[in-house]
Amino acid sequence: MFKLNDEQRMIVETVRRIARKELAPVAAELDVTAAFPHAAVAAFAENGVLNPLLPAQYGGVELGLFTFSMILEEVARACAASALLLIAQSDGMLPILHGGSEALKEKYLTRLADDSRQLTALAATEPSAGSDIMSMRTKAVRKDDRYVINGQKCFITNGSVADFFVVYAYTDASLGARGISAFVVEKDFPGLSYGKNENKMGMRGSINSELFFEDMEVPAENLVGEEGGGFVNLMRTLAMSRLFCASQAVGIGQAALDEAIAYSRERIQFGNPIAALSPIQFMVADMAAAVESARLLTYKAACLFDEGELQQAETNAALAKFSASDTAMKVTTDAVQILGGYGYMKDYPVERMMRDAKLTQIYTGTNQIMRLVAGRSILGPK
Amino acid sequence: MHQTDKMTEELTIFREAVSRAAREKIAPLAASIDESGEFNRDVEALCWDLGLLTLTFPPEFGGLEKDSGTALCIAVEEIARYCASSALLLIIQAVGSFPIVHGIAPEMRDRVLSRIRDERELVGYLVTEPSGGSDVAAIKTTATRDGDEYVINGQKCFATNGGVASLYSVLAKTFPEGDRKGLSFFLVERDRPGLHVGRTENKLGQRGSNTTEVFLDDVRVPAGNLLGQEGGGFRTAMRDFDMSRPAIAAQALGIAQGAFEAMVKYSIQRRTFGKLIAEHQMIQAIIADAATQIEAARGLVYRAAALYDDGKRNTKIASMAKCFAADAAMKITTDAIQVLGGYGYTKDFEVERMFRDAKLTQIFEGTNQIQRIVIAREVLGEVGVSI
Repeated sequence: MFKLNDEQRMIVETVRRIARKELAPVAAELDVTAAFPHAAVAAFAENGVLNPLLPAQYGGVELGLFTFSMILEEVARACAASALLLIAQSDGMLPILHGGSEALKEKYLTRLADDSRQLTALAATEPSAGSDIMSMRTKAVRKDDRYVINGQKCFITNGSVADFFVVYAYTDASLGARGISAFVVEKDFPGLSYGKNENKMGMRGSINSELFFEDMEVPAENLVGEEGGGFVNLMRTLAMSRLFCASQAVGIGQAALDEAIAYSRERIQFGNPIAALSPIQFMVADMAAAVESARLLTYKAACLFDEGELQQAETNAALAKFSASDTAMKVTTDAVQILGGYGYMKDYPVERMMRDAKLTQIYTGTNQIMRLVAGRSILGPK
Repeated sequence: MHQTDKMTEELTIFREAVSRAAREKIAPLAASIDESGEFNRDVEALCWDLGLLTLTFPPEFGGLEKDSGTALCIAVEEIARYCASSALLLIIQAVGSFPIVHGIAPEMRDRVLSRIRDERELVGYLVTEPSGGSDVAAIKTTATRDGDEYVINGQKCFATNGGVASLYSVLAKTFPEGDRKGLSFFLVERDRPGLHVGRTENKLGQRGSNTTEVFLDDVRVPAGNLLGQEGGGFRTAMRDFDMSRPAIAAQALGIAQGAFEAMVKYSIQRRTFGKLIAEHQMIQAIIADAATQIEAARGLVYRAAALYDDGKRNTKIASMAKCFAADAAMKITTDAIQVLGGYGYTKDFEVERMFRDAKLTQIFEGTNQIQRIVIAREVLGEVGVSI
């Protein structure tokens, strides 16, 4: 089950090594300074894993989702914010890959090739449009060979550091979902400006930005696919992104479990390591069962994607997303508990993991939305 | 047994007064207190002005005639709705002065309590050590009799108000080989030679409460600074819990209430899919669960406090209140961020701070794992089984 071939094993081991040697030692500092993880970008780029899903024809390594899932898990185990960087890269690339013309792919996807350090992002969320994405207000109006975009986006991961990104806007608000279109925007397009980067509780090494578009002109050839194809395009990316979030959450949960186990063996109370106390053994057993279950659910969703079973994969990705993120939240909270007063201090990493975990219950579709998606899919059409 | 809470007219008026002060004077400071991670002297002064730092003292020293345990819980709950760090100040003052208020000779008690009241001094509680948290009997600090003095040596950690208190109740071993029967409390003034305050902890939450290490190197105190009897320290610490655990539960309750109010407020402002989010049944379920847990926690908190005030054994109910309210606070603050979504995850809203603050309530004053052991021991004791 989930047997890795030589290539996958080598990649996962490489990523684990990078994560331990280069990401883990700076994770605490990144959290304090809330700086952008440039070192992580460099490490990923040098090892060809900044854009692991990029097809070979555009200069990528073209890994499958199962391998990517394991990569994200290993990175998140060391530094969740650095995993979010990789997720944002894929989120920005997939809409072009799924829906763009060959010319558009050639133009933008090749920029992500080989050891490129170019950054990308996906800009859909707005102040009034989170879970309810169709409430977006950003509009794109065709004017000769260009579109003129006006509006704003918020919470955009990599937003203010992306070299180019995909933005969603209504080309015809009267058409509802069929009136949303996607565009590729470059950072130096006139009319694009950046608001504040959010001051977040956790995942602080990830940049989340406000973007403002004031009469921003985009060449018509930067339209991704057809006018009105944006909503379907976005849903397809989000369906996969849920898997990414689940993988990240599994990594956070595993990291917290690792810390709890190590501490339990060292900490002496009542004359013995607390690992000898049955309440601790029960907590660790529950944590391990939850992380392992979440991992299996996540791997299965990934493999279903790789096998082309898209419908089942999307349902499983939704299940994996809320299950793994709820697990991460519970396991990190329990890890702080096991470390007691020490766990509550910034000298140990578990409090950071607990803050990081919370975001996985929220982003890329809240867990409430995930349950709706999964429930409806399981129960079938009315 | 139908022991209920004590919401007399007096206490209702007291609650309203504290609530107003907390809302008007403390709430506006809560975010900056958290961000700076510094103890706030204005909040302290306000608490002195309101008499909240002498609540549990005898009436002649600023305390209440009766129901002081309930009053402490009320004040803590109302302040914690807005700022958990500020609420912790009250709890530690009551906990730290407990060994002074209870069980020492009247003339010394009166001298120290009038000094605390007049000089507005804070009292720290130095029990926890690096090797002895839940395991109180494992502490290593020693107090050795030398003529008419005791010489105290040891290291304390996670001392709340450690860096801002001027008096400490210090738990130390008076019999080197002794177990819990060898523990005694001492009053140690901060300016005694050999006492120094170590680093201030950088915490996940309750960041406005000052938590430090305190080192005691050959600190000499007069024999009269022994609080109570030699060997009576463990028992005093356990009795202190009967007062402090309902108070910690009240802090958790206040945090939960604050997060609950924020979630409800947001749910009737934010619209998705053409409706207020409060109209979505999933959000309603979160609100309903939170409201239920808060009411249940409130019942436990004030029942535990009422038993304490009546001088009845409250160990079981106090532990239930602490454990239940802390778990409720953790769940409700986690859910409050969820209801606020991406906004709740940012520092522009207070729920992320409440989430960080809540976690400590599951840990301190006996972890929730210890509370469960206490509850089980009490329950099994009721059916004649001694564990």
